[in-house]
Amino acid sequence: MSVDLRTKYLGLELKNPLVVAACPLTQSIDNLKRLEEHGAAAAVLPSLFEEQITHEEVEFSRAQDFGTESFAESLTYFPEPAEYRATPDIYLDTIRDAKKAVSMPIIGSLNGVSRGGWTEYARRIEEAGADALELNIYLIAADMNLSGAQIEEKYLELVAAVKQSLSIPLAVKVGPYFSSPGHMATRIAEAGADGLVLFNRFLQPDIDLDELRISPKLKLSNPYELLLPLRWVAILHGRVGASLALTSGIHSETGLIKALLAGADAGMVASVLYQEGLEKVAAILAGLAEWMREKEYLSVEQLKGSMSQENCPDPAAFERGNYMKALTTFAGEPI
Amino acid sequence: MAERRFVTIDGNEATSSIAHLCNEVMAIYPITPSSGMGELTDAWAAAGKKNIFGTIPHIVEMQSEAGAAGAVHGSLQAGALTCTFTASQGLLLMIPNMFKIAGELTSTVFHVSARTVATHALSIFGDHSDIMACRSTGWAFLAADSVQEAQDMSLLAYAATLESRVPFLHYFDGFRTSHEVNKIEELTADDVKAMIDMQLVEAHRDRALNPDRPKLRGTAQNPDVFFQAREACNPFYDRVPAVVEGVMDKFAAITGRQYHLFDYVGAADAEQVIVSMCSGSGVAEEAVDYLTARGAKVGLVKVRLYRPFSSQAFVDALPKTVKTLAVLDRTKEPGALGEPLYLDVVAALAENWPDALPRVIGGRYGLSSKEFTPAMVKAVFDEAAKETPRKHFSVGIKDDVTNLSLPYDPSFSTEADDVVRAVFYGLGSDGTVGANKNSVKIVGENTPLYAQGYFVYDSKKAGSVTVSHLRFSPRPIKGSYLVSKANFVACHQSVFVEKLDMLSIAEQGATFLLNSPFGPDEVWDSLPIETQQQIVDKQLKLYVVDAYRVARDAQMGVRINTVMQTCFFKLANVLPEDEAIARIKDTITKTYGKRGETILKRNFAAVDGALSALHKVEVPSEVTSKYHLTAGFQGEAEPFVLNVLGEIMAGNGDRLPVSAMPVDGTFPTGTTQYEKRSVALDIPIWDAEICIQCGLCSLGCPHAAIRMKAYPPEALEGAPDGFVAVDWKGKEYPGWKMTVQVAPEDCTGCGLCVDVCPAKSREAAKHRAINMQPKLDHLEKERANYKFFLSIPDVDRATVKADTVKGSQLLLPLFEYSGACAGCGETPYLKLITQFFGDRMLACNATGCSSIYGGNLPSTPYCKNATGQGPSWSNSLFEDNAEFGFGYRLAIDQQIEYTGGLLKKLAGALGDDLVSALLANKQETEEEIARQRQAVAELRDKLAGIDDPAAKALLASADFLIRRSVWIIGGDGWAYDIGYGGLDHVFACGRDVNILVLDTEVYSNTGGQASKATPRGAVAKFAAGGKPSGKKDLGMMAMSYGNVFVGQISLGANPLHAIRTIRAAEAYRGTSLIIAYAHCIGHGINMTTGMSLQKEAVACGYWPLYHFDPNAQPRPFSLDSKPPKGAFKDFAMQQARFAMLARAKPEDSERLLRLGQDDINRRWNLYEQLAATTRGAGNGEEKQEKEVQA
Repeated sequence: MSVDLRTKYLGLELKNPLVVAACPLTQSIDNLKRLEEHGAAAAVLPSLFEEQITHEEVEFSRAQDFGTESFAESLTYFPEPAEYRATPDIYLDTIRDAKKAVSMPIIGSLNGVSRGGWTEYARRIEEAGADALELNIYLIAADMNLSGAQIEEKYLELVAAVKQSLSIPLAVKVGPYFSSPGHMATRIAEAGADGLVLFNRFLQPDIDLDELRISPKLKLSNPYELLLPLRWVAILHGRVGASLALTSGIHSETGLIKALLAGADAGMVASVLYQEGLEKVAAILAGLAEWMREKEYLSVEQLKGSMSQENCPDPAAFERGNYMKALTTFAGEPI
Repeated sequence: MAERRFVTIDGNEATSSIAHLCNEVMAIYPITPSSGMGELTDAWAAAGKKNIFGTIPHIVEMQSEAGAAGAVHGSLQAGALTCTFTASQGLLLMIPNMFKIAGELTSTVFHVSARTVATHALSIFGDHSDIMACRSTGWAFLAADSVQEAQDMSLLAYAATLESRVPFLHYFDGFRTSHEVNKIEELTADDVKAMIDMQLVEAHRDRALNPDRPKLRGTAQNPDVFFQAREACNPFYDRVPAVVEGVMDKFAAITGRQYHLFDYVGAADAEQVIVSMCSGSGVAEEAVDYLTARGAKVGLVKVRLYRPFSSQAFVDALPKTVKTLAVLDRTKEPGALGEPLYLDVVAALAENWPDALPRVIGGRYGLSSKEFTPAMVKAVFDEAAKETPRKHFSVGIKDDVTNLSLPYDPSFSTEADDVVRAVFYGLGSDGTVGANKNSVKIVGENTPLYAQGYFVYDSKKAGSVTVSHLRFSPRPIKGSYLVSKANFVACHQSVFVEKLDMLSIAEQGATFLLNSPFGPDEVWDSLPIETQQQIVDKQLKLYVVDAYRVARDAQMGVRINTVMQTCFFKLANVLPEDEAIARIKDTITKTYGKRGETILKRNFAAVDGALSALHKVEVPSEVTSKYHLTAGFQGEAEPFVLNVLGEIMAGNGDRLPVSAMPVDGTFPTGTTQYEKRSVALDIPIWDAEICIQCGLCSLGCPHAAIRMKAYPPEALEGAPDGFVAVDWKGKEYPGWKMTVQVAPEDCTGCGLCVDVCPAKSREAAKHRAINMQPKLDHLEKERANYKFFLSIPDVDRATVKADTVKGSQLLLPLFEYSGACAGCGETPYLKLITQFFGDRMLACNATGCSSIYGGNLPSTPYCKNATGQGPSWSNSLFEDNAEFGFGYRLAIDQQIEYTGGLLKKLAGALGDDLVSALLANKQETEEEIARQRQAVAELRDKLAGIDDPAAKALLASADFLIRRSVWIIGGDGWAYDIGYGGLDHVFACGRDVNILVLDTEVYSNTGGQASKATPRGAVAKFAAGGKPSGKKDLGMMAMSYGNVFVGQISLGANPLHAIRTIRAAEAYRGTSLIIAYAHCIGHGINMTTGMSLQKEAVACGYWPLYHFDPNAQPRPFSLDSKPPKGAFKDFAMQQARFAMLARAKPEDSERLLRLGQDDINRRWNLYEQLAATTRGAGNGEEKQEKEVQA
């Protein structure tokens, strides 16, 4: 029995629900080709970081100016670069190259917190040929003077401003740390998001005990991380006017199947590709098809959201009830 | 034909634009002030810019100017149109090939930004001593007076050399023309094509060596034919004047600008005529125009074709009414009857003047870019008009020794009222010069006005003062001299108000713009008496802007350039305000557009914020200030230091007479201590409670501005309040105290000391034992503390554990407060070496950064200890430093032998004990050296009482009994490139010299050109596309001799290793080479964290630490750093030199970084094998042999 893996995400027709998440792997055209060969339905390019661009521009400018026009013998220290491609230029070139190299949809990604130059970058990403844009709002609310409501307004303003400059679909990737994630998701969709990507994994700082300094630690996701976005995808499915993608914790076909059952239109993978190679894409897709055949699902569309809060036999399980159940049934595991 | 446009560029660019179009090959080498020409052509080639033949010229950097000349010669012989650019010593190194190229009648042009040849001192500035040294080479000389002519004569030289076959020197004044920005009409490629006859190009190519038509050049000839053969070229030289006239006429037909071999300007009936060439002619012409308009019978002959000198054309150019010719030479030829141009004029008149000869007088002017002004021109005319003028004179200085100088009236001015004349005082770091260059461009390229900009820099690399001189005129600006009467003066730094007399240059009613934190109501009170007086007397219009606040608000840091530029345009009325703002923003977009939106937005914000922050100040009618300007040196010093060096420091060097100067270029050391430049905004403040007394702050300080002392508690008597002392942590001085002290006015605020400080507060990890804090909060206290600190006696050297970081920093540095860059990576090594060996050190320094901050007037950082001993230092040349230092050693060894012989001869009178003690002392430890000093003192006492010629001779040479430490110091440009041949020979000779290579991996002093030390993948000038080849392994080359001690060190990565390697190298009684990693501005890094970056350089294997000790058995090579950890790329990408290529050419960058990683891996593998290798049996014998020699 053949199964129909097609899905629709951000209005894009995808041949299956497996999308490669924004990560350094997708910056290589060779990798994109291989991912497509293995069956990936779409790929999100690594994020263009607002702070990175600003930092690079300022530092590069400082390095070019430092010590110049001070001493008669060394008025400058570097040749004026004949061609200089700033990070955004390189990024746009990658989009163009990717569009030439593969036929799957290519989703650009912006990571930032201010309105700044985002509308301009968003427009340029669209012009470069991206099929959609993923806006990754990475905001650590460390300003004690800002209320939750003010922070939320910043999100919404940013989404609205970027959406206004775009004609391609816009996905918004957020973290789970809202007082009312569901309400916020609704508002983000109302502000113009065509899709929500749940959830962002924030890079957390660590302390280096030898040097007594802060050192950021990037750790790959693990399958347990799936459960948090799974809950919220299930809650939001059918209640928010936007596509849903689940990211964080999909390491096998089971993760992807759960995501779809909860109501995701697509599941995103990255960490597992680092751990098991790009060919894992094909394995996950094969596993999905196999499971669907076993369970006699005809299509992904049929499968999607069948275990959402709205559709599952035990809606309370996605709320406090599940917590209670877990506590009361937990018998402990031998250590 | 493309339409010509007006461009505003400097002389170097004007020249290189033509050279790029006319050549297929350029062999280049950096030397100030010509480096810019090669840099531009290299950058253009990297960008794919083609010549008129449709190809991209091949640009290659050679190891020296001698190498460049050789490559040019070869390229010409093989048929390519080839040129080079050079100046000064560089041109002198080309002379041998110039003889050959001319002897072979080969068409080429060398472009020379004429620069002073080093004599009693080096000078980077302009005069004609270099080109005059080439007169006998057989080249044609074509002079350019201005930026426009630098371009025009360049093209004329190419046209003429192809037609005549005689090679051409095309030259103009270094700095005054090479670096002057002026508005010129740009020649198009079509103009160039029209001037270059392709048949002549083909003829040039046909003369090339070609195996299909074999021939031979460069024969050896004998007395029978050499002479005749040498005369065979005569017709070619005879034709040159006509050829040049011909191409000048052709050029005039194309461009409308008519030149002649000699151009006369002035009264048709002139009686006094000046003869000059290059930029002095422009000044003279301005004066002649002014004087003739007032009826004076004066004129000027501008020499264009100086060689071959057409005496007939010269005579023809002169008005026949001339009574006196005053010939001006910008060079000095001691002992000659006169300077070269003077002698040529005398000979030309003698040969061709039809009647009774006019009188000819000759004078020198403008050596080393000494100002030459219309006032001086008038003085020359006045002298020439006298009944009996001086036959030989100088002008522009006061010669009170031989009384040759002409007096002149500095108030004589030819400046026109309708010319905007603006002078700007800024700091190098604030962007003033860059903004002013842009202003000149804005006016020059967007208005009918002509524009001129010239920029003066002081001799410091950190906190240097810049003075910009701008003119905007409705007429072309001929006068190449500094603005003498300004109608606009801007002070971009409020601290200058207290130190510089900026307003003496302001004319009546001028505008004075001041950047100050004080508002319009307070600023008046911040001005010293002299400044207020001039503002009142001259009725100056005073404006104030807090540019730092505007810049800060715009996130521009200390870059106040756009703020001040906007205020200038607002006040100077050169352009309507709106148009000016729009043009400024256009220029910002052009200048910074590539750097990204953030930079553009911040600059625009600074422009927008400037106008509202600008305020007019109501000037009181009277002076109210209570304080005076303080300029020059501070403190007590010998009269020469205060009256001569202090005057130079105060900006009054031009006023010093000849009698004030040393006759042979010898100066006292230790004079930076009087400067107190106080350039830091923040200074390090010590927290004694946290300090672990490691000494790293003191070790890493590039300026010896943070120091450490240990002393007995009684030394604290009289300490000022607030002087901090804590118990010494260490066994060697029980009960003692110690202090870490900042020199608040000598610190440059670089922050390296904080970067290296390992001690962190337990309560707040960001707080260290050294923390940068605002200077003004601490200045008064720390000034008193530092004065007291210096008065504490230094510890007895013999008791110091010098081979530890902490111990080393108890030794007095004898290199202090240099003018090196803030955060310099070189100077900590030099300082450390003087701490160990400074009291018996002879240093020779290759030309480069270390010679400039080591020996640039007015102040010298090498200094003396309490007993008056310290490094004795000299610089010979760039290329000969190893040989120069080797010469030191030869002399010392000879003197030691001589002195030893005298000692033995006088043993009877002196006593055998003393003599044998003196001769047997190996002087390997501080204790032994102290004992030797004592014995020498005893010897002197005894010798004083012995009446014997041998005793007198021994008294004169007794100093040689103290072991001398010879240090040969230089950068990688010297050691890897231009000086390598000599260095290699010194390796081979095996004498006891210590060679320190401060490896910044670029030619730092001339602005970051690639050397053979530059790593693969780094962008540098002359390697604009990223250096394709790997770094040369100098250490391996030295080790191949087997008897050279070699150490590769990094003070930031492993200070203890550096200390021990330096000490072991010095102790080695043979040749020692130390290669020291020196971070540099040229790396494009944050200099504050330079030492931390050194750690990463070593950690990733980029800079392995090792030492090779020929005496170490069985393994002379020791690999002293850990195996590489981490990727080279991660280290590289923190530096703009690598990151630039990643942005410009990502694929090239990736490939080169990969190869760079391979370089690291391969070198590490090789070193590991070396470290495991045992020395062969032959060494024992070799060692014994060496000991016998020693």
